[in-house]
Amino acid sequence: MPPIRVQGLQHAFGLGEARRPALSDIDVTIEAGQLTLLMGPSGSGKTTLLTLMGCLREVQAGSVQLLGHELRGAAASQKDTLRRRLGFIFQAHNLHPALSARQNVRMGLEVHGPGDPARQSAAVDHLLNLLGLGQRLDHRPAQLSGGQRQRVAIARALIGNPAIVYADEPTAALDHDSGMTVVQLLKALGRERGTTTVMVTHDHRIRALADRVLLLEDGRLIGDHRGG
Amino acid sequence: MTALLTRLLGRLPIGWLQLSHAPTRMAAAVAGVGFAAVLVLVQLGMMGALNSTVAQSYAPFRADLLISAHDARTLTDGSPLARRWIGPVLADSAVAAAAPLYLGKLDWRRADGSIATLTVYGLPVEAGRFAGPLLAGRLPDLAARDVALIDRQTRGIDPAALAGVRPDAPLRFEVQGRTLTAIGSFRLGGGFSADGALIVSDQTFLRLFPQRIGGTPSHLLVDLHPGMSAGSAATRLQAALDASAVQVRTLPAAIAADLRYQTTQRPTGLIFGFGVAIGVVVGVVIVYQVLSTDVANHLREYATFKAMGYPHRQLLSFVFEEAAILAVLGLIPALLLALVIYAGMASATGLPVAMTPLRAVTVSLGTLAACLLSGALAARRLRAADPAELF
Repeated sequence: MPPIRVQGLQHAFGLGEARRPALSDIDVTIEAGQLTLLMGPSGSGKTTLLTLMGCLREVQAGSVQLLGHELRGAAASQKDTLRRRLGFIFQAHNLHPALSARQNVRMGLEVHGPGDPARQSAAVDHLLNLLGLGQRLDHRPAQLSGGQRQRVAIARALIGNPAIVYADEPTAALDHDSGMTVVQLLKALGRERGTTTVMVTHDHRIRALADRVLLLEDGRLIGDHRGG
Repeated sequence: MTALLTRLLGRLPIGWLQLSHAPTRMAAAVAGVGFAAVLVLVQLGMMGALNSTVAQSYAPFRADLLISAHDARTLTDGSPLARRWIGPVLADSAVAAAAPLYLGKLDWRRADGSIATLTVYGLPVEAGRFAGPLLAGRLPDLAARDVALIDRQTRGIDPAALAGVRPDAPLRFEVQGRTLTAIGSFRLGGGFSADGALIVSDQTFLRLFPQRIGGTPSHLLVDLHPGMSAGSAATRLQAALDASAVQVRTLPAAIAADLRYQTTQRPTGLIFGFGVAIGVVVGVVIVYQVLSTDVANHLREYATFKAMGYPHRQLLSFVFEEAAILAVLGLIPALLLALVIYAGMASATGLPVAMTPLRAVTVSLGTLAACLLSGALAARRLRAADPAELF
């Protein structure tokens, strides 16, 4: 079963005369373990599609099936359960300013309930070390550079071993090498764990690493390129 | 603290981490909670002192029943009572004895020009069975003309000076144009309407208050035979006597009614009650303001937690955690400060203002409840945290 299946998806913002369509007639199925890029000009509907597939927005019309569950009309508790199987990497990081790097990442584990604290700490430290933040474990976001914050946000998204990772411009704050490292990491997760990644990006350097590129314009899917 | 709370909660203490991340704001919030708790504690301290002084005003005597005029709401107000009611009271088979109790107030102008208002208790010297524990066996000493026992806790007078008053070292002083001789002391203390007390015989009382006549005491004290039910006797006597003229109550019921009247109908009690209510409202408003602002400032973080799959109830627990921490941190200094204020007030006024374990626990639980209520109100803003807005 594909992790994401979208059929006849339509979405609009506003009410009455101010209502403006954001997505029209989107049909797409995303296979497990693939790195899929959503590309297109600003306002083309990439982020709206990402939030709909990520269970963050109500489905108005059409169908979005996530990990085998229909999202349209799903209960809040079911959405919470599904979200715990996802990982989000935001362009603006959205790290909690009061928490250290270690604590921010740990929040990605605690959402699954209480576990062995020592084991959790070891897993958090290991991942942050892997992302080159071994010397910044107890630093708060304000004490980290933009790139370091982004890596903490990536660690937070990945620590819970998600089935799907949704990323919004994850390499925007990173230099070329760091950006490539992050994308390689996401690719490796797809290969080794079957993790699916859906990424909104304008970064054409990543395109060569993607398994698939979906092009959107004016809320419509205008291109579907498979690569790798 | 973080490690301790992590162990206690079994998760990261997000509420504590958010609060401690803005220490100035947290200090202001803690001060606000502490201020409100101190306000409540001081008002309750005064209310407690009022209750204590009301209850202790009954301590000089004891009885199974108290018969008072129909309009008597406290020990010292109400019309005088016709002494003739003693006859039908004594006719009841359950009644063993009855005696008149006279009460009045007088001003004692001292040599330094200060005035102490004293409550004067007048009892027949032969009514020893009605003497309270602090007077046990001492009523016969008051048989001589114009002698008295004086309250060594009288406000404005050195207790040590009055403690030394004995038959062989009496204290003579002038009140109501008469010279009284104090031949001993007892420990009672003043209240909100008097600075201390005097105990005299009924004959001395009538000389001190010539406008009062012997046939009109303030109350009648009634003792029952052993094994008789005070409640049943009170009901029976009330039915037998003229209900429009007298009221018959057990002594505990009379004290309870006095307390109720003083705390719910007299201005003093009402003012303290309002003070408590204002303290609670101030506390709730301050904590609500702090938590509400905090939730608004962290909406993005809460939206991120929602996106990660944290259920709404978990986000609520973060807000309630903050509320509980503010309550605890505000309470500790508030309780300590209240102890200092109580000591100062007791020293300055002579009133029995003291912390009781029950009051400390009640205010602690009340503060916690008020903070949690504020948290619940502030948590409504969590609904505004929309994870879709994060992108």
